[in-house]
Amino acid sequence: MPKLIIKDRSGKKSEIEFNSNFTLMEILRDNDYGIEASCGGCCACATCHVYVDEKWTNKLKNMDDDEESMLDQAFDIKNNSRLSCQIDLSEELDGLEIEIAPE
Amino acid sequence: MIEKTDVAIIGAGPVGLFAVFELGLLNIKCHLIDNLDKVGGQCAELYPEKPIYDIPSRPIVTGQELTDELIKQINPFKPQFHLNQQVDKITKTETGWIVETNIGTKVEAKCIVVAAGAGSFVPRKPPIENIENFENKNVFYAVRDKSMFSGKNLLIAGGGDSALDWTNELSKDSNVSLIHRRKDFRAAPDSVSKMQELETKGKIKFLKGQIKTISNTEDSKIILQYENDEEKSQIEVDYLLPFFGLKMELGPIADWGLNLHENLIKVDTEKFETSTPSIFAIGDINWYPGKLKLILSGFHESALMAQEVFKYCFPDKKNIFRYTTSSKELQKKLGV
Repeated sequence: MPKLIIKDRSGKKSEIEFNSNFTLMEILRDNDYGIEASCGGCCACATCHVYVDEKWTNKLKNMDDDEESMLDQAFDIKNNSRLSCQIDLSEELDGLEIEIAPE
Repeated sequence: MIEKTDVAIIGAGPVGLFAVFELGLLNIKCHLIDNLDKVGGQCAELYPEKPIYDIPSRPIVTGQELTDELIKQINPFKPQFHLNQQVDKITKTETGWIVETNIGTKVEAKCIVVAAGAGSFVPRKPPIENIENFENKNVFYAVRDKSMFSGKNLLIAGGGDSALDWTNELSKDSNVSLIHRRKDFRAAPDSVSKMQELETKGKIKFLKGQIKTISNTEDSKIILQYENDEEKSQIEVDYLLPFFGLKMELGPIADWGLNLHENLIKVDTEKFETSTPSIFAIGDINWYPGKLKLILSGFHESALMAQEVFKYCFPDKKNIFRYTTSSKELQKKLGV
């Protein structure tokens, strides 16, 4: 199974396997990474904020306006900030490295 | 003045609204209290335009449509709404509860139904160290009395409607700077073009970046350091008004002595009653083994909760089960 490499809020790195056809948020929430995702994944809050490792930013689908706008309500925004509910996982993302943004 | 009713429902989201229907069929009257300025909860506040596909018999419905139709459905039962206020305190009486809000509304009821979703919507606060020390002195998350800002230097932070609308409005009498992480804004296009016009005329100043620190000066002004990809800088102002939308938190409910499970209220799955008799919890705010946070689960929980609330409201009466399709009396209540 394809894997994700995740740095949690304490700085600890771990690997988890994922099924394609889920969003990154759904996998993070299911694995108790402290992702609030209060709107449930419809890009209507900003509580599933992650940083995507620079090696991977170009391999993801570009952010749409909705996601970019929603990020306005998140804090500690960086150039590699994304909302994890807007990242669809697929086999091609095997090895994707991300970091959970501060609450 | 204390208003009397049968049930005080805390939260006017879809599940709180449908509870009015299930209770109403059993002749139980309701008051609903919600922190938002409108009914519908998350459906109306977070995703009014977004489609929901898992409401039985509605292949597609938006958050706002669902809210509007629920209001139509419960209208025959004449629920009373108390919006823009949060229940701060509940007090046990001999016959039930007195529920009191932060603006002094008091409702006396035989039962309380907590249908508060993920909790109250409260302003999202930027994670700036020590910002709480400046709140309600130099930092305000809402504008209650705009005259206090007259002639002052303000920094407004954010890129949504509140940030832009207040930038445009307060720039009439104050010296306003607007800070946002990028030069695009999600606010309504009209507000954005008005703001840009004010900037061109030199009436307001736009700063690109994110605020990093706050500190005070000797004459009780504040200095805010901010940075973007190119530079770090700072600005001194009288007031900071951050507008970063709303988030949800459990709030005062956590202090009512109800048994919790990770910030959710534990209930049984027969009556959806909490650890305190005559207080019920339905919808996203409750927890029981197997709980799924779905609107349809909340609807089911409403119906079962109502059966038990009936016993508190009419201890001497027997509740005989009936269908709306066949009962003339239920149809009369519905006005059909």
